[in-house]
Amino acid sequence: MRSDDFPFVGSAERQALFGAKGWAALVAFVLAVMVVVPVAFVFVPAGSPFHLSAYFVTLVGKIMCYCIVAVAMNLIWGYTGILSLGHGLFFALGGYAFGMYLMRMIGREGQYQSDLPDFMVFLDWKAYPWYWSFTDHFWYSAMMVVLAPGLLAFVFGFFAFRSRIKGVYFSIITQALTYAFMLLFFRNDTGFGGNNGFTDFKRILGFRIAEPGTRAALFAITGIYLAATIVLSRGIIRSKLGRVLTAIRDSESRLMFSGYNPLWYKLFIWTLSAVMCGIAGALYVPQVGIINPSEMSPANSIEIAIWVAVGGRGTILGPVIGAALVNGAKSFFTQAYPEYWLFFLGLLFILVTLFLPKGVAGIASMGRLRAPARDRAAVAREEGEKT
Amino acid sequence: MSRLPSMSPAEGFGATIGRVVGQGVDVSHGPILYLEDITVSFDGFKALNKLTLTVDAGELRCVIGPNGAGKTTMMDVITGKTQPDAGSAFFGQTIDLTRLSEAQIAQAGIGRKFQKPTVFENHTVFENLELAMKTDKRVWASVRARLSSEELDRIAQTLDQIQLTRDAARPAGVLSHGQKQWLEIGMLLMQEPKLLLLDEPVAGMTDEETERTAELFTTLAGKHSVVVVEHDMEFIGRIANQVTVLHEGSVLAEGSMDKIKNDERVIEVYLGR
Repeated sequence: MRSDDFPFVGSAERQALFGAKGWAALVAFVLAVMVVVPVAFVFVPAGSPFHLSAYFVTLVGKIMCYCIVAVAMNLIWGYTGILSLGHGLFFALGGYAFGMYLMRMIGREGQYQSDLPDFMVFLDWKAYPWYWSFTDHFWYSAMMVVLAPGLLAFVFGFFAFRSRIKGVYFSIITQALTYAFMLLFFRNDTGFGGNNGFTDFKRILGFRIAEPGTRAALFAITGIYLAATIVLSRGIIRSKLGRVLTAIRDSESRLMFSGYNPLWYKLFIWTLSAVMCGIAGALYVPQVGIINPSEMSPANSIEIAIWVAVGGRGTILGPVIGAALVNGAKSFFTQAYPEYWLFFLGLLFILVTLFLPKGVAGIASMGRLRAPARDRAAVAREEGEKT
Repeated sequence: MSRLPSMSPAEGFGATIGRVVGQGVDVSHGPILYLEDITVSFDGFKALNKLTLTVDAGELRCVIGPNGAGKTTMMDVITGKTQPDAGSAFFGQTIDLTRLSEAQIAQAGIGRKFQKPTVFENHTVFENLELAMKTDKRVWASVRARLSSEELDRIAQTLDQIQLTRDAARPAGVLSHGQKQWLEIGMLLMQEPKLLLLDEPVAGMTDEETERTAELFTTLAGKHSVVVVEHDMEFIGRIANQVTVLHEGSVLAEGSMDKIKNDERVIEVYLGR
């Protein structure tokens, strides 16, 4: 009995992350967001049929941010089995952290021509509160985009996972957490603009945000980051770490009695997922032009779970498809039939749960149901050849 | 330190012993497991009542007893799932089990098979064994983990022993009940435990599977210490040298199968029914 008897081991350990087609699709996608869209948006004249409108670029950029959130959610829910109903909070915290920088960059171009943001002038504040220190430095703010959601997730996750809070109880406290933060951010004296949040951004790193070139760059960065999160989550799932995570989902006690401490695994993937969301939030804010506490509303976080469920939990591309599909439909419906959008969303969720338990991505794998039998036949053939 | 006989890899299961990471278990005084005056109560009901039990290194011990006698609770205490209200539990001379988590106890060398076969159903048989294998089980180690050819060989060897080589690439969820039981035993062996706790290992097995399991366990004894909780008296008669009878949370009788069979009190509470 030799280890060469396991041709399939290569599939888990040694093979490339993606097949040739997968890499080709990924490269095509990156080229599209880096070259095709920016050229069609910035350089093709408005009258041309190949011109892309600012509306389209902003919409797709926004949806790509949501796709990133769905990829992050899938890591913690789809693969590790921990349903977070508070991921909107991490997204919003990243957005706020970067929004602070954008507010500082308005300078004296605001309504009141003050050094302070308009909402502070309105509150009759004379100086920035201490926690606004250094936020006029890009790299400090970029660091806070990672640290704010990351630290909150780490501390919250440590206590929740150490206390072995699981399942629906965990979901409920994440929901309460995002709700509590929403109430906090709604308050004017919290110093984050109250219910209006941050808006009217002017510049980013000296470039005017309204310029097509800046928008195209933000769009390209978002697309590249989306591709990177897909590659990263694929890498995680293909590694032994990924197999431990799915083992937590399927049988946590077996895993503990096999000598693994699930606490650190959960904490790792939970914090990573939160940071991924935070960065997505930071890319979202300059493109959409506003961040306010409604991003932290419990309904927003629930919607994230719906994207992942619709697309297909525990599949690499499913959540991306789900987020794009639901948000694409949302932008269509809220314009064409605004009063029916929520009915449609509810119907979609029911239909997917009933008929596509593995989501849209499950349709693709339906034809592959007999794959395990084939594997077995291959192994059996190998055996036969040797004897 | 260890008085467990060292075996060459050629001797099959012996290959799973001898590689000790970190602090090994000290069995210099003979016993590998000491339970003393262990008491566990659930809402006033004493699941274990001053239970005292010693298992020697290399021994194969069977534990029997009627439902509710405290057999599974005893396993829970040993593996860290349940904290005893009183009493002490030691693994070898030095390792205090009441102060360790489930994962630490598993790493120290105690493997547990559940009553209901518990395997990772969505992972392949191969991956189940890979996950169970004795190695650094911290997060960063898992990020970087690559199977070496020795590790692949060990998995191959275990697959052979549990007769699942042909099913290595299949998800564990599609295996038969008996095969799952064997896979779980294989996972325990990959952990290289010093002490194996087996909760009803032949429940739901066919006669032939039971036979094979009995053979497997007798080869295990001597190299590992094994504690088997079982209802199947015929099976126990075949494998056990020492039998402990639990009743209402404490030890009712202890000794050879013949002695137990003729014990008046045992007949009264258990065998006679």
